[in-house]
Amino acid sequence: MSERVADTSGMDTVQPPPTGLRLAWYRARRSVKTPTPYLMVFGVALWLVTYSLLTEILKVPRFEKIPGPIEVITEWLSPDPAWGMSLFTEAYLINIYVSCRRILIAFGIATGIGVPLGLFMGWSKRFRDYSFPILETLRPIPILAWVPLAIIMFSGFETPILFLATLASLFVTTLNTLLGVDSIDESYFRAAGCLGSKPRHVFWHVVLPGAMPFIFTGLQISVGVAWFSLVAAEMISGDYGLGYMIMDSYMINTYVSMVMAMITLGFVGWATSAMVRAVGNRMMQWRIRALALEGR
Amino acid sequence: MPESATETPGAGITAQAPAPAAKATRGAISIRNVTKIYDPEGVNVMAVDDCSLEIAAGEVCMIVGPSGCGKTTLLNAIAGFHSITFGEIYLDGQLLCGPEKPLADQGADRVVVFQNGALFPWKTLLQNVAYGPIVQETMGKAEALEKAADMLAEAGLADMAKKFPGEVSSGMARRAEIVRALINDPKVLLLDEPYRAMDALTKSIMHEALLEMYDRTKVTMFFITHDLEEAIFLGDRVVVLTTRPAKTKKIVDVKIPRPRDYRLLGSEEFRLLVSEAKGAVHEEAIKAFEAGERELA
Repeated sequence: MSERVADTSGMDTVQPPPTGLRLAWYRARRSVKTPTPYLMVFGVALWLVTYSLLTEILKVPRFEKIPGPIEVITEWLSPDPAWGMSLFTEAYLINIYVSCRRILIAFGIATGIGVPLGLFMGWSKRFRDYSFPILETLRPIPILAWVPLAIIMFSGFETPILFLATLASLFVTTLNTLLGVDSIDESYFRAAGCLGSKPRHVFWHVVLPGAMPFIFTGLQISVGVAWFSLVAAEMISGDYGLGYMIMDSYMINTYVSMVMAMITLGFVGWATSAMVRAVGNRMMQWRIRALALEGR
Repeated sequence: MPESATETPGAGITAQAPAPAAKATRGAISIRNVTKIYDPEGVNVMAVDDCSLEIAAGEVCMIVGPSGCGKTTLLNAIAGFHSITFGEIYLDGQLLCGPEKPLADQGADRVVVFQNGALFPWKTLLQNVAYGPIVQETMGKAEALEKAADMLAEAGLADMAKKFPGEVSSGMARRAEIVRALINDPKVLLLDEPYRAMDALTKSIMHEALLEMYDRTKVTMFFITHDLEEAIFLGDRVVVLTTRPAKTKKIVDVKIPRPRDYRLLGSEEFRLLVSEAKGAVHEEAIKAFEAGERELA
């Protein structure tokens, strides 16, 4: 009953919906009342316990050589690590930094080329006729098949790695952008036409925003693909980076560092995807708001 | 006088438009012997066959006919989305499309209101409405936004101006779409079943708003619908088209004075007109159903 009174008094002074931090706080408060955060914690705990049981406690055959979670976490947090790599060693942080910088460059180049390329391919039939067969032939070539060519074409460590990561990312971005333009309802083009648009207006006001949802889906996949090919490239021809750290640790039998690099990759990859998603949500308020009204 | 007038059965039917409203001096459409043949799979499909129709300046011309009969084909030809195969279409005496130029240029003098709504979902209602004048450079950006805000307010959408189309009801969105068309001061409004998906209550509100808008602007309307009551309630004339290929079958003159309101719906005169139109449409609907062909775009 008291709640009902509180409700009606709230109705008199209509408050604007919360934004920014207040919205985040409201969502956080609401989400602790749902099972979601507890299930997440339980899921992670279940996984850690299983991992620990197999490797450290029961020492199941074939698993006993794998460093367990307790060993990895202890090493990771140790200022004086037994195997040379931890959160407090420069080498580990440099590996993360180098990989992230490579991703930033490769993903940046791939997006800078791929999005405009895809938009033009979707927009101009003639441009698509020229370029689509080449894209479709190059795209299925696995990125590992490009490794020797990349090493022949580019000198040093850095450029071949950047080339491979960019290439993988570029195909995904271009294709998704192209599909994004294809997905735009014909009536938006017609509406733009009968409202007196010139081609450049159609490009900026219909093609680009209309393809945006597909572009950002593509970018999320593309950043993942960039990580995949980056690590592959670093393992084959690297001097620094998380891929190099995995391969190097394997070679010198420091398996703890190897697992540490793997888990680091997981978190860093997740973070980059989340960043791409956040930028996308920021740029597509129209979509977020409409989806929110549908309860999604 | 177009030939179709002689083909239409029944007495008292002329293709001559009723006396136009006092203010309207522009937006007369002349459709002369238009034929459209589609050729989607190497088999010619005739969508419109030698159709002629004179629409006076400022007339509300309702186009009724069975599904897939070629109504939208005519609209697309006027708007410049599709070409025509034979015939000519004029707007205020100026050739839009004809034998030399089968596809009309698209332009803001003929704005379309689409069946499923085509407000840009990534622009707010305000940005949508201001879009036309900005891209045509008839107004500066600030001026266009101001005018758009005024017009939205006039249509009762002041509170919705900053919202995206996905956030407002379909009725609101459709109303904003009509405002987006009107801000360009078009000669003709081309409406392709704009209220098709709406419930009866929303529809009646939309109708009254449209009538009110028409009384203010006297813009010529080429309005496609399936709903005969809507056609009689809104229109000056109701043109019933035959099943594909489309020709004019019957023209019902609606000599009900304006301004009109919902009370008209109960009147004897209204019901007689509806049943007159219904007879003609029903015959064609049966033919279309029996032909069982898939609708053309």
